[in-house]
Order: sequence, then structure tokens, then C-alpha cells
Amino acid sequence: MTKSTSSYIIKGEKHDWEVVCGLEVHCQIKSESKLFSNAPANFGSAPNSNVEFLDAGMPGMLPVINEECVRQAVRTALSLNAQVNNVSEFSRKNYFYADLSLGYQISQADKPIMGPGVVVLDMPDGTTRNIGLERMHMEIDAGKSMHDQHPDSSFIDFNRAGVGLMEIVSDPDIRTPEEAGAFLRKLRAIVRYVGSCDGNMDEGSMRCDANVSVRPVGSTELRTRCEIKNVNSVRYVMQAIEIEALRHVELYEAGRGDEIIQSSRLFDPNKGETRSMRSKENAHDYRYFPEPDLLPLVVSDELIAELKAKLPELPDAKKERFIQEFKLSPYDSAVLIDDRNTAEYYEIVAKIADPKLSANWITTNLFALLKEENKTIANSPISASNLGKLIKLITDDVISGKIAKQVFEIMATDDKDPEKIVEEKGLKQITDTSAIEKIIDELIESSPENVQAFKEGKTKVVGWFVGQVMKQTQGKANPGVVNKILKDKLS
Amino acid sequence: MTNLNKLSMDQVRNSLKKGEFSAVELAKSYIQAMEKNRDLNAFITETSEIALKQAEESDKRIKAGNAGLMEGMPIAIKDLFCTKGVRTTASSKILENFIPEYESTVTSNLFSQGAVMLGKVACDEFAMGSTTLTSFFGTVKSPWKDQKGEYTVPGGSSGGSSTAVSGFMAIGATGTDTGGSIRQPASFTGLVGAKPTYGRCSRWGTIAFASSLDQAGPMTRTVRDSAIMLEAMAGYDQKDSTSANRDVPCFENAIGKSVKGMRIGIPKEYRVDGLNEEISKEWDRIAQILKDAGAELVDISLATTKYAGPVYYIIAPAEASANLSRYDGVRFGFRADGPFDNLDDMYLKTRSQGFGDEVQRRILMGTYVLSSGFYDAYFTKAQKVRRLIAEDFKQAFEKVDAILTPSSPSSAYTIGKEPKDPLEMYLSDIFTIPASMAGLPAMNVPTNLDSNGLPLGMQLISKHFDENTMFSLASVIEEAVDFQLNPNGLKE
Repeated sequence: MTKSTSSYIIKGEKHDWEVVCGLEVHCQIKSESKLFSNAPANFGSAPNSNVEFLDAGMPGMLPVINEECVRQAVRTALSLNAQVNNVSEFSRKNYFYADLSLGYQISQADKPIMGPGVVVLDMPDGTTRNIGLERMHMEIDAGKSMHDQHPDSSFIDFNRAGVGLMEIVSDPDIRTPEEAGAFLRKLRAIVRYVGSCDGNMDEGSMRCDANVSVRPVGSTELRTRCEIKNVNSVRYVMQAIEIEALRHVELYEAGRGDEIIQSSRLFDPNKGETRSMRSKENAHDYRYFPEPDLLPLVVSDELIAELKAKLPELPDAKKERFIQEFKLSPYDSAVLIDDRNTAEYYEIVAKIADPKLSANWITTNLFALLKEENKTIANSPISASNLGKLIKLITDDVISGKIAKQVFEIMATDDKDPEKIVEEKGLKQITDTSAIEKIIDELIESSPENVQAFKEGKTKVVGWFVGQVMKQTQGKANPGVVNKILKDKLS
Repeated sequence: MTNLNKLSMDQVRNSLKKGEFSAVELAKSYIQAMEKNRDLNAFITETSEIALKQAEESDKRIKAGNAGLMEGMPIAIKDLFCTKGVRTTASSKILENFIPEYESTVTSNLFSQGAVMLGKVACDEFAMGSTTLTSFFGTVKSPWKDQKGEYTVPGGSSGGSSTAVSGFMAIGATGTDTGGSIRQPASFTGLVGAKPTYGRCSRWGTIAFASSLDQAGPMTRTVRDSAIMLEAMAGYDQKDSTSANRDVPCFENAIGKSVKGMRIGIPKEYRVDGLNEEISKEWDRIAQILKDAGAELVDISLATTKYAGPVYYIIAPAEASANLSRYDGVRFGFRADGPFDNLDDMYLKTRSQGFGDEVQRRILMGTYVLSSGFYDAYFTKAQKVRRLIAEDFKQAFEKVDAILTPSSPSSAYTIGKEPKDPLEMYLSDIFTIPASMAGLPAMNVPTNLDSNGLPLGMQLISKHFDENTMFSLASVIEEAVDFQLNPNGLKE
């Protein structure tokens, strides 16, 4: 069995197979308080400190919808090019688990707040691909069971119980692990742009279930799917899909397709396999019925219009604008808009310096620095305006690219105006041709063997001459000028 | 028993104001009656100390001229209302030792209007029943004995409330009504019991049975008392999303108002086969009283009436099955003794031992009707029929201002002679359930004693949020029938 790299086809003995995948993404709604209680919805508090009576499932407690969460859901729906349903309904999803305090999850079933929508994927080759969304609904999170705190007891932290979630369900439009990754990254970018979710998969504020099946290329059927639950990084989602698809193909090819049953599975990144969850956990009959403690949720056209008018520029629009305004490649533009803060940073830099060079500096040098210092662009050690000035010094021929990197290093520890750094350290480029000519003349005189080598066609020695000039000028000689003089003098 | 306990709320109000006796004296008198009649087993938890303290505060407020609607009134609280710092059990083993950290909106409203809490009274476990025999804390006896001298049931689910008030152990009591749990026990014990419009009283802090039906209301000895107490209990509460954001009118103003020209619907479907002859005749008598008072009787049809019972016994258990899931032994309440094989084992043992038979039966029924494969046949269809029932009433109320029916197809059962078949028992709610399904206000007015010497009552149903019409009619009936609340099973 091999896999074509171009279009992601799994080649079997009997068929070529393609992957059919849909994702269900749980996004924790960013809000002061929980979906139905006034308890804080933030992370990192002491266990069971953000718990109201409702969250603990105390008798007689009733849910009251948090309007800010509704607004966040509507903002998200609008940014996903989706239909917002004026009337939606909450239901109870019934099951027993120790960290589910009410014995049911308040969720939305038949009438979710968001109908069909679409997410546009930016692929690495610069193309785009549309992935359909089936729906988004709101629901509450459960608490957290901890089985490792005590030898024979389990502990439960209800801080998370009742926190609002948006569950976004895609159509089975995803065909490759890369598309799944791109989908998650794009979704994350969008919710971060609108500020409706932190989008941190490692903190669990964004979680993903992947529904995977395969089918012979050319077929349009939907075969039995398996749901890989709760995968917590983009990379793992991509791996899990690949591994699960290969498992299906192997079984079909071996004539054991009947062993693929619709079920929930867990991805084990250490072993690189998916495993069936205990069958008991699969046997749920959730007995959904309308939540009698809540009235239908009404979202007026006025509210929708108000929220729509206040939406920030969204990733797709920003990407297009960057391509037009800054003449960036679709890929560079996609990279820069991925994070709203990066895009804002870039715009400041690009207004000072050459836009393309700015893009390069940010995606290479700055990103590397941030990674190294484990910082985000929002708390970048180098301010956007200083970086812009630095890049402008290069295009203005004040310093060379190489010197710029030195200045950049200095700025990383001391975010000063780069002009001042250049001034203080005397790093200004030597563009005075007579000074450079003098050095070159001396070199030609002191090393005739290299001049000879050049004349014999070993043009590589030019590099040696440039190096020597740079050495003597501490890199301040303008490389263009050096090259030009060398060529004149040597030939 | 002192005469203080025989006074109505308006009489108490005047006497307290005039200083004829103090709230503390009144509270002591009721505490004495409560202690003397402990054998009736109405109270699960007596709170005499709290009562005396509250009464002292009442006396101060009366002196200062700041009396509330319920100032100094010693009342009993159905043990379904959470009371801060006071054990609240829902008459269930599973909450045997549960002490809430919060006060229900209804009791909080009552206390802020000056009410004095004598204690928490029994009910059917989680309000599921019509006799109060399903209480974990033992049989509650009505103060009414049958002609053979045997105690009867106080009705249910608010049977501790009906016993306390009809037994002069409280001037009034809170009840909750899901399918008739205020009206039927009021009917069995000769009390006025009012279930207001769904949404009139907040459900916050009241232990839920069936959320779309549960509604709190007062159980009192007079119609005026009912109006006074309901006004204190009711009001919009933003903590309950189904609470009605409407002003609460002065219900007391409706008392004694002329009913001349009012149209009273007599629904033929309530004259069910085999309806007790005495009750049938009593119905006619009361209708005639209203006619004599100037009201017009209108024959109406509520065609879906016969489906209300079956639909109720689908929807109420369905909601209950989810509402009672939180009693799992994990965070509060009863937990069976371990060790357990696993989490499911803990649930199974805790819930099997913690819930009584009737509660388990209803959880099972509710779980069944919501199960995939049965959902559409039962739950979806029941929801549709529920809408038809509401529609029936809506059409009827285009022709009439109120509806008069009996409250119960029978008077109180003698303890031990109640129907043993649950299905037969469920039929005792057939007259009260339809108004519950439609969320309409409805109340019982005691009108007579039957040949067995036991109270009979009539039900008045009015339009949504038109409790005043119901109260006006009830006060006219009350005056005409001059019912004497004189139960024969009390210790003197």
C-alpha cells in the first residue's frame, strides 16, 4: 500500500482509496461567565472555585442564558459565512457521568443557532478550497474528572462545568490530512479574529473530533465512519486521520470491511494507533428532549445586523487586501493573516518599509526570534515600527542585510531605534568608493595568486575578495559597490 | 387549641395591627398545635426556633408600621422548597440530610413579606403522588376521619401542607402543583388551594418534578387568605427563564367582587362515566349558586380532556427522568455504602436505595418514552396533544370567562383503602391535569361534606394571568356555601 503525495490517494491492491472526513470542533466561548450561570469562565483557578449552585447540579437551580455568549456565537456564525437562525432551541442530552453534574448536558439538537456555512482553506500551494459547515450549536461543557490524585478515589473539578461551547460541525468535505489541518488553522484564525474563542488546542479551549471513512476513488458513497474523539493538536488530528484511513483501507482490502463499525475511538500518538473506546461508552441513547427550563432562544435581525456591522476585517478579506495592497503572494498573505496580531504588526511594518521585504523579515527572522524566546507577536521584543525602520535602512542602502541582522540581534535585547544603534555602533555602510577601492587595490597587490586564479576562470575567488573587504570594514562595505569595483579591477 | 389558630389571615392582620396579640403569641399558639398533632406526621422538620425569631422581628416591624403582606403569619413550607440552612428533603431518602445553602425565591418572597416558618411539611416523594403515602418519612394522616373513625389520606402531593392547614397547625402553607398537587389535597381536606398561571411564581430553588408544569401556590382556609398569600409568593424572577415578566395584581381586590354577567363554562367531558353521583350533584349545586349570583352558565366542550391524563403521564415522567438524574450520590445527598465495582455500580445502588418505588416507576416511564424507537410514538405525540389541549381551552375561553368542574372524582381515601394499582391512582388527577397542561390558573374551593363526612371541592379555571376572575368567583361560592372546616380527627 502506498500513498500518492500529490492528491492523497491511498493505493491498495484492489482499489485506489480516498479519505472522507468531517470534523466536529468544540470551541470554548470566550466570555466573563458561563453559559447559564454567573460563575467565571476563566482558566487556572483553584479546583471548584468557579462553581455556582447550578454548575454543581444543586436541587432547584435553573439555567439563565448568558447573552454575551449568544452574541459571541452569532459573531462566529457571521464570520463563517453562515446563516444565523432567528429561533433556536436548547435540549437536554441525557447521560450519566460523575463530572456531568446535572445528569444531562444542555445542548442544542434539532434547532441549532447556526445553519449551513463555509470555511475557505488556504492551501500551501496558494490555492483555496471550500469546506462546507453543516451547523453550529451551543452547549455546556462538563467538569473534569481526575483519577490520579488519590489511590482509590476520583476527584472532580467543576470549574469547567457549564462553560459555554460552540460545536462547529463540518460537512464530510475534507479529503486529506493537510486539509484537516488547514481547516482547523483557519477556524482558529477566524474565532480568534472575532474574539469568540481563544483557540488554544493545548489548553483545551478548542477540541476536535474527526469522523473518518474511506471510499474507492470515483465513488460517491459514504461508508461507515469512525469518530476519533478529543484530539488536542492540529498535528495529532492530521496523524489520526491518516492512521484511521489506513486502518479502514487495510480492513476493506482484506475483505474484513464488516469489522469497521460506527464507533468512537481514541487516538494514541505514542503508539500511532486509534483504539476503540469501551463499548459501553458507545451505547448511549441520549434521549434528547426540549429543555423545559429555557424558552426558545430568539436572535433578532436587528441584533444580527448590529453584530455584523461591528465585525472586524476577517481573515479572508484581509488576505485578499494584503495581496492587492502589498503585492504579496497568496501564501505569504495567508501566513501573515493567520493571526490577527501578526497581521496588525505586519501592516505597521509594511507602511514604513518595503512590503515584500517586510513579509520576509517577519516570517523568517521575527518568527524565529519569537519561537526562540517563546513569545507571541503581541509581546514581541521588537516593536513593529522599529522593525520597519530597520528594514528601511536596508533598502535605503544605509546598512547591508548582514549588518541588519546584527542590529536585529541588538534590538532583540534592547528595542531601540535602529538608526541610533547603527549610529552608536558605527555600523553605517561604507558607500565611499575611494575607501573601498583603496582596500581592493591593496588586496590585489598582496595576493597576486588569487588574481591569477580569477584570470584562469576560477570566478569563485571573487567571494574571497568580498570576504576580505567585509572583514576589513567589519561588514560595513556596501556589497553591491564592492562587487562592482572588484569586477572592474580584476578583469 | 386556642382560638388564635382559627383566625383567618385578614383577621390576624387586623389584630396584630391593633396589638390584640403579638406575632410571638400567635407563633407560640401554632407551635403548640404543631407539637400536639405530631401523630398526624405532617411535619418532617419543625423549625420552632426560627418561627419565634421571625415572629419577634415581625412584632418589631408591626410596631414600626412596616408590616408586610404576610406579617407574622405562621406558615408551613412544603419540603420541596429549598430553605437556606434548613433541611430540605423532597420527602425522599436521597435528600434525607440535604441542607441547602440557598433560599427558594418563593419562600424568600414570603419571608420578606413577614411570614413566619413553622417547619417543613411532607409531600409525596419528589411530589409524585396523590396521597402523600410515598413520603420516605412515613404516612401523613389527614385530620379528617371517615364515618368509621378511620383516618383518611390528606391527598397529594402537598399532603403535609393540607394536613397542617386543615389541622390548624399553620395559617397557610406553600404547595406545588404539577398535575393537581395543590388542588386535589385542598379538595380532600376542605381547603382553598390555588395554582396560579404557569410562570406566576418563580421555580428557582424549588426542587423540580416536571419543569414545564411545576407551579407553586398557596393552601389556605379562606379565599381571601389564598389571594393574600399568592400575592406574597408571586412575582417575576430573572433567575427563572420561564417566570412571567408581569406585574402581580392585588389579588385581594378581587374578593367579593360581583360576578354578574360572567360566563361560566361547564365542560361536558368532565361528566365522565361513573362520576360519583354526590359529586355530580354538588357540581350542579355550585353552578346554580354562580347563576344565582348573576353569572351565565355556558355548556362547553373540551374534546381533548380524556387525553390529558395519558399525555401528562408521558410528559411529566419524561421531564422528571432528567430532573432527577442529578441525584446520583456524587456531590450531595444519600450515597449507598461502598465499595463499588465501578461508577455505574455506585449509581445503581445509590438510586435504587435512595428513591422509593413510585419515583423509580416514573423515572423508568420517563426514560422509556424518551428512548430512541419510542420517542416519536410517545413524547412527540404527547407534545402535540398538549398543544391541542391548550388550543381547546383557548377556544373555550373565547366563549367563557371561567370554567367550573369538580376538583377530584372522589373524596379522600381512607388510609389503606386507596387504589393499589398505580394506573387507577393516576385517574384521581383527571380533573386537575388539563389546566396544568395548558398552564392555566386553577383553584379548589371547598363546598360541602359528602355522605362519608368528608370534604368535597370544586375547581375554577380561568384565563392565563386572570387569577382575579377565579378569586372573585371563589369568594362568591365561599360565601354561599358557608363551608365549616371542622375536621373530626384533631386532638382537642
